[in-house]
Amino acid sequence: MTITSQPSADGRELTIIISGRFDFNAHQAFREAYLRPDVSPQRYVLDLQGANYLDSSALGMLLLLRDHAGGDEADIRLLNCNPDVRRILQVSNFEKLFVIA
Amino acid sequence: MNTHYGLTILVAEDSPVDRMLLSTIVSRQGHRVLTAANGLEAVALFEQERPQLVLMDALMPVMDGFEAARAIKAMAGDELVPIIFLTSLSENEALVRCLEAGGDDFIAKPYNPIVLQAKIKALHRLRRLQATVLEQRDLIARRNQQLLDEQRAAKAIFDKVAHAGGLDIPNVRYRQSPRALFNGDLLLAAQAPAGQMFVLLGDFTGHGLPAAIGAMPLAETFYGMTAKGHASGDILRELNGKLKQILPVEMFCCVALLDIDFHRRVLRVWNGGLPDGYLIRADGSRIALRSRHLPLGVLAPAKFDGHCETYPLQDGDRLLLLSDGVVESRNARDELFGEQRLLEVLERSAPEQLFDRIEQALAAFHGQAQDDLSLVEVTIGEPPPRATPSLAAPFEPRALDWVAEFELRADSLRTANPLPLILQVLLQTQPLRPRAGAIYTVLAELYSNALEHGVLALDSAIKRDATGFAQYYELRRQRLADLRHGHIRLRLQVHGDEAGGCLRIGIRDSGAGFDVVRVLAEDYRPAGLGGRGLRLVRQLSDSLEHDGADGLIVEFRWGARA
Repeated sequence: MTITSQPSADGRELTIIISGRFDFNAHQAFREAYLRPDVSPQRYVLDLQGANYLDSSALGMLLLLRDHAGGDEADIRLLNCNPDVRRILQVSNFEKLFVIA
Repeated sequence: MNTHYGLTILVAEDSPVDRMLLSTIVSRQGHRVLTAANGLEAVALFEQERPQLVLMDALMPVMDGFEAARAIKAMAGDELVPIIFLTSLSENEALVRCLEAGGDDFIAKPYNPIVLQAKIKALHRLRRLQATVLEQRDLIARRNQQLLDEQRAAKAIFDKVAHAGGLDIPNVRYRQSPRALFNGDLLLAAQAPAGQMFVLLGDFTGHGLPAAIGAMPLAETFYGMTAKGHASGDILRELNGKLKQILPVEMFCCVALLDIDFHRRVLRVWNGGLPDGYLIRADGSRIALRSRHLPLGVLAPAKFDGHCETYPLQDGDRLLLLSDGVVESRNARDELFGEQRLLEVLERSAPEQLFDRIEQALAAFHGQAQDDLSLVEVTIGEPPPRATPSLAAPFEPRALDWVAEFELRADSLRTANPLPLILQVLLQTQPLRPRAGAIYTVLAELYSNALEHGVLALDSAIKRDATGFAQYYELRRQRLADLRHGHIRLRLQVHGDEAGGCLRIGIRDSGAGFDVVRVLAEDYRPAGLGGRGLRLVRQLSDSLEHDGADGLIVEFRWGARA
């Protein structure tokens, strides 16, 4: 599992790139990725292209990010979900909270 | 030169000169010295004095160093007692024997005090490391035991709260490991006063204590509200609100709730985040009970949607719920059991064997019992026997005489369910308590009859088949949401004295009315799925009649105490 983050040129958007297993081991790294002290983005993009697995604590981490990004006002998009990851998001109906593309 | 740590060191050496020499070197370095002239003496001294390190000559009379080393290592057990072999042996094979006998190092004659001191120091470090590891191992073992004891105690408390007898109903079959609670799984079942049954399967994110703690308020709220006769949507809303309030942001609970009405043969189901459950017909056809909602504890109360899907039920239907431990479980080769395997089992098995087949398939796949999955099956047939309410106090006959009238208007009808409150009021009258279930069922039938066929003008003929059935409940939801005018009037009258008494329930609505006279006279038997209501009311009460002014009147009578 590796997690990196990349702010956009204007600093308004933060892209978090996750690969490998996105599970409870990622907790600290994921927090550090969205709590970067150098940027204060208004939008978040999670690139899950390399993520092949997601467990319920990963769903919990998504909720933490959503809370941090303003709760109901949060603007978070999940990109490049593979079919397994998409299924897990669907069963939990997380498309009601996040834009999943 | 002196070291600040002083060990007790045993010197076993048959040559008096070498023994003296070594003792002097070692004691000058600040250690206490014990001496032995052969292996047997060394073993005896070790047993008596428990020295921390041994300098052992390999070749000695009576018992040689190899044998003594083995005996000492055996006595030391887990504790590391380093043995340094003193040897003039130089052949590789002899040195190997020293190590095999349990030696940790060797030093060759003639003895160099500086090398000897360095070796003692290094082995002492190793000793301390080993001691620390052992201490930590013991600590972990103790803590683990403590944790298991605490979990057992917590489970015992939880069982008192959670298993209020709901799962011991003959038509419920379930499987849940004793560890399930600490894996975040939760299975609750209860009968409501009107006779319907609620089954809730929940799965908290995370494991261990936090999941188990979240389960407590969930179970309490569930049992409290089902016992008072609240509707499934209200129960879910309350559970969601409670969990949202107490759980940290990243925690939630995936839940499927079955609300099974055995009398009216209706299933309401709500699934938020659990894998598909199934409604399996007697002929083997299946309807997936799909997750359509976010799990409980995620959404704020204002955004929560407690809307249930509605399905008609028939004798022999089965309802199956599973935790994600079933589909997500992996075997020793890290293969996923997966949805496909489950579907194959469903496809292959006769409905009445399904439960066993799933268990067999899981056991075959894993080669052992799994401790983190939950499975529950409910069979539809005769309504399960009602739990008899316990009567706290003996009945004291007393004069009773009161009338209460409620008029429920559009806003109330749209948003509130008045029945739990009304039942609480009626149960203040002690002689009515043994019939609480029947009274509640009758109230519920009268109320939904007045609401659906009166105020909302729904025709139960729509419910003739399964499509119509779903359409009926969708229409009901729409019309209720749009309701701006209309009312239901309920009149409750209790009259009684030492000789006995009577509860009289009158109900009237603002609708166009239906042909009650014909319904009552003809022993009305409508075709299709709807219309069981009034027959049920007649069976459960002591009289049912129609009065022009009061609408429908139902009576429950009681006699003096036998």
